[in-house]
Amino acid sequence: MITNVITYLHNAAKNYPDKIALSDVRGEITYRELWNRTLSVGSLVSSRLGGRTSRGVFVTIERNFDSIVAFFGVALSGNFYVPVDLTLPHGRLMSIYDTVRPELCIIASKVKTNIPFEGCEIINLSEAQIYIPDDTLYERTINTVIDTDPLYCIFTSGSTGVPKGVLISHRGVIDMAEQFVKTFSFDESAVFGNQAPFDFDVSVKDIYISLKCAATVHVLEKQLFLMVKRLIERLNDHKVNTLIWAASAMRIVSALRTFDKITPLYLRQVMFSGEALPVKVLNDWVSHIPDAEYVNLYGPTEITCNCTYYKINRRFSDSEAIPIGKPFVNSAVFLLDGEICVRGSCLALGYYGDHERTEKAFCQNPLQSAYPEKIYRTGDLARYEDGDLIFLGRADSQVKHMGHRIELGEIEIHANAIGFITSACCLYDEKREKLTLFYEAKEQDDKAVFTSLKSALPAHMIPNRLVYMKTMPANRTGKIDRALLKKTYIEEA
Amino acid sequence: MKDLLNLLNECCPDVDFENETSLIDDGVHTSLDIVMIVGELNDVYDISITVDELEPENFNSASAIFALVERLRNE
Repeated sequence: MITNVITYLHNAAKNYPDKIALSDVRGEITYRELWNRTLSVGSLVSSRLGGRTSRGVFVTIERNFDSIVAFFGVALSGNFYVPVDLTLPHGRLMSIYDTVRPELCIIASKVKTNIPFEGCEIINLSEAQIYIPDDTLYERTINTVIDTDPLYCIFTSGSTGVPKGVLISHRGVIDMAEQFVKTFSFDESAVFGNQAPFDFDVSVKDIYISLKCAATVHVLEKQLFLMVKRLIERLNDHKVNTLIWAASAMRIVSALRTFDKITPLYLRQVMFSGEALPVKVLNDWVSHIPDAEYVNLYGPTEITCNCTYYKINRRFSDSEAIPIGKPFVNSAVFLLDGEICVRGSCLALGYYGDHERTEKAFCQNPLQSAYPEKIYRTGDLARYEDGDLIFLGRADSQVKHMGHRIELGEIEIHANAIGFITSACCLYDEKREKLTLFYEAKEQDDKAVFTSLKSALPAHMIPNRLVYMKTMPANRTGKIDRALLKKTYIEEA
Repeated sequence: MKDLLNLLNECCPDVDFENETSLIDDGVHTSLDIVMIVGELNDVYDISITVDELEPENFNSASAIFALVERLRNE
């Protein structure tokens, strides 16, 4: 039984030493080279921490494979890594720093002179990669670190604005990688086109599924998503055949009508998550790349990437929602009052340094009290349709309006189905008792919006106010910035 | 050019279009900005910017964008 993700790397380096493990615009490295660099970094980290394990180590990230080398080095030392994007606002960086209080920070990004982490030892990856390797480190770590020990801590925004550090164990990631490989038949021929930033858990799938299969990850730099023709050329040059992307990235490629001019040639599997992918976007991809398998993935960072999946097996019409489907093997997903709850090895260890919020979200399974058993309450709502789960929106987006319980997400689904609307968001103005629908479109046409909604929704669900947006505000991860909309148009209006 | 600057400022109010000359190379723009700017330019100037034109030399500065729009309008 595998108890540490580094065993995947150890095996890949033994069985496929000359295979390309990682590549980016600068070049590529084999599994042998990756092992050597990881061992050097791990040896340095272990030496600096005096052999102590399960400590948080910062890794400053950049869109190239150096970040992954640093992650593996920290893992090999028996500690957990915290990916940090130095371009984040200072206040947010310091909030993360104060939560973790790391003793070490590995600079795997462009070297910045002003690292704001006082009292933390700064190590440059370029130097760590040539540190004298300690050949006993792997054995030592395997014999002391157990699979419930932490592997990484990724910070998510949290609705209150204070970031939460989701702490994930080796067990969670091993479980994810095993189930993905089994469910989607990945093997060593996979070439992953990594789009997601390394402080965003969508990227965890690229890294560890590839590692388990001894496959290849090609890191796509951010600029490619501005100059999308080059993006597709890059995918083709590197024979990228697997995309596990944020839905927002799929949307960008489609919105720029990329496929009118150029099409990816090698894609076998396209998976997306992060937010509901508009059917219009999915259909654009499917019609230009019909032979690929498309999969909708669902799950919050707290359950290690994803807990349900839906393989697209038919054509969807614009007014339909793509199901989030069924649970992966070894994850249990069930509804409590409509809220999605999850049990299994996939559960995070908790929020680092935050017992209160941990206990609120990770609680005793209310369905049995005979023994301790944790479940994670996602705060997302769903219902079943033909055995598949259908995502309905956030639990906190359920409102009571004129005596009716209303899912704002349901109104959004119907608004998004209107042909000329490119993005929609519904919020409730409690003070004025108004359902407020924000819609993004090329031109304002409130009348057409009302007419369409009236044909699809009961009267109590028709928005009382429409707000036309030339562009919907987005947060850092490309999702609609609901907090900003609420503040600007409802609280301060 | 003034109209164009207005349009760009409306799309991305936080960007200094008058002085920036490496909007793409310095990573000033996000991909969502590009989607928005391209959509607006296509509508307002009745042109059709394809991904062939999505190159840094066409989008690094307001004057480069202006040149692109002029070229496409005369095609």
